[in-house]
Amino acid sequence: MTATDSTTDAAAPAPAAPPVPIGRPTLARTFLAMMAREVRVMRKNFLSTFLRVVIQPVLFVFVFAYVLPKISTGGASFAQQGSGPTFATILVPGLIASSIVMQGMMAVIFPLMMELSWQRSITDRALAPVPVPLLAVQKIVAAALQALIGGLLVFPAVLLIHAEGQAPSIHVGNWPLLVLMMVCGSLLSAAGGLLLGTLMDPQKMQVLFALVLLPMTMLGCVYYPWAAMDGVRWLQIVVLANPMVYVSEGLRAALTPQIEHMPFWAYGSVLVLGTLLLGWWATRTFTKRVLT
Amino acid sequence: MTAPPPEPTVRTVDLHKTYSSPRGDVPAVQGLDLAVAPGEFFGLLGPNGAGKSTTIGMLTTLVVPTSGRAEVCGFDVAAHPVEVKRRIGVASQNNTLDNDLTGAENLEFRGRYFGLNAKDARRRADELLDMFGMGDRRDGKPFELSGGQARRLMICRALMHRPEVLFLDEPTAGLDPQTRVNLWEVLRDLQQQGQTILLTTHYMEEAEALCDRVAVVDHGKLLASGTVADLKAEAGADTVITVGYDGPVPEGVAALRERAGVERVEVTDGQVRVFARAPEGVLGELVAVGSAAGVGVTDASQLRPSLETVFLTLTGREYRE
Repeated sequence: MTATDSTTDAAAPAPAAPPVPIGRPTLARTFLAMMAREVRVMRKNFLSTFLRVVIQPVLFVFVFAYVLPKISTGGASFAQQGSGPTFATILVPGLIASSIVMQGMMAVIFPLMMELSWQRSITDRALAPVPVPLLAVQKIVAAALQALIGGLLVFPAVLLIHAEGQAPSIHVGNWPLLVLMMVCGSLLSAAGGLLLGTLMDPQKMQVLFALVLLPMTMLGCVYYPWAAMDGVRWLQIVVLANPMVYVSEGLRAALTPQIEHMPFWAYGSVLVLGTLLLGWWATRTFTKRVLT
Repeated sequence: MTAPPPEPTVRTVDLHKTYSSPRGDVPAVQGLDLAVAPGEFFGLLGPNGAGKSTTIGMLTTLVVPTSGRAEVCGFDVAAHPVEVKRRIGVASQNNTLDNDLTGAENLEFRGRYFGLNAKDARRRADELLDMFGMGDRRDGKPFELSGGQARRLMICRALMHRPEVLFLDEPTAGLDPQTRVNLWEVLRDLQQQGQTILLTTHYMEEAEALCDRVAVVDHGKLLASGTVADLKAEAGADTVITVGYDGPVPEGVAALRERAGVERVEVTDGQVRVFARAPEGVLGELVAVGSAAGVGVTDASQLRPSLETVFLTLTGREYRE
């Protein structure tokens, strides 16, 4: 598209023809162009980004579903009482959930640390012809996409790595439920990441890992189903504040429906309403950080 | 001062910005009125902390005005930020290049954000990179660029969608003199092609070298505006002679007020400043007055009429860069 600026020339008294903007930006085109930028960057960093995502769950299933069952009954005996589920069966939805949540949060927080620090490189995209809240939505969608990819990449690893007789037992009875859980979990994590990233001081991001991400994973019903915690009732109630619990339980319902899990109304409403709430809130805090 | 053409590209009316901080409100811009005509090269000149970047921030929609109005291309920046953003190109003071992308990709995606398709964006990027002599930095990462190259790339990026107004916030701050002069040439060429440019600078000589009109600001207020020649004429076109003494300023300097061609004499502790249209002999007289009173001269300077003397005349303060 070249500029056809002959019509507007007459109006301008400037010595030479003043420039007329080229291109026809619409909100949708600009949004897609920003997503295209994310995909370009993702493609460039694919190996390093997703190696980081996959390595932790791979090691986890390797140790707990392969090494421990081989050397003793220790780790594996927790879940496998009599003819109960293998530990791998418990781990598959949990590790996918933790991968989604970690990737979703980091995919938004890491770049944001750079973009909001003193050089404020966020200005680059804040000057694009879209309202700033839409830029926040774009950041959530882009990070959710990475979370989804992170979750999908973990699938084969956690399905395939296990000792003999320790195979996870996975039945997807309800595909739409699985898709909804993966997508909602990704969006929820990305929105939560944007909220934390915009509320926190970029210099204090290290604290985030120690105080937020690690407890979230350890107490996120990743390694045990929520129902199994009724022996530690107070903890069972406290962890309800952890969004990762609902992603784990939702995926448990979708992937291993035979394991006791929360009812749909509980995890479903938290995931859907939580995504909307965190998304709305993060959009506001982001806009406040970008516009001064 | 002549009134600018009726339809300014950039206009601010009684524009205010106050930042609230835990230690109270900090006024950054206090009632600024500006008008930039189409095709004009307009300079916002003032020392660091004068409110220039805040003003640019408001005009480019990233800083929300506390009160007053700012319009760019006829659109109010607060009410229609997207319309404004479509029409402006901005090269900020900080290096805001996208470090995840190469130089060419930085331009390509900026073009695509502004509605160009990928092919046109790449072609326009190549065109600009060649025009700015950056063709060989196409595939380099932004952090590999020198300061001058990064500024050029940011100006290229700002020009991707042929903005109606180009905002440059301190485009040459921190650059070596040669690089600065090279960049000046580039900016002059742009203006000759009809580009409206609003530039902020704390370098007097930059404003003198480039700008059709200049607004001098300090502490968020407009001190004066007009062409450089107008400003010099208005502020008295005085040469400013400053002399420092190693003792109290001798009483005798007051006599200089009566001297023909002397407009004003200001005495501060240990220092006297004379604003003169006919500066010949003034410096000698100040030295002589000193030695008659038994005080020596520690330093002396004579500034010919320039934006710096305009600033001195308007504020009574040295220009702090």
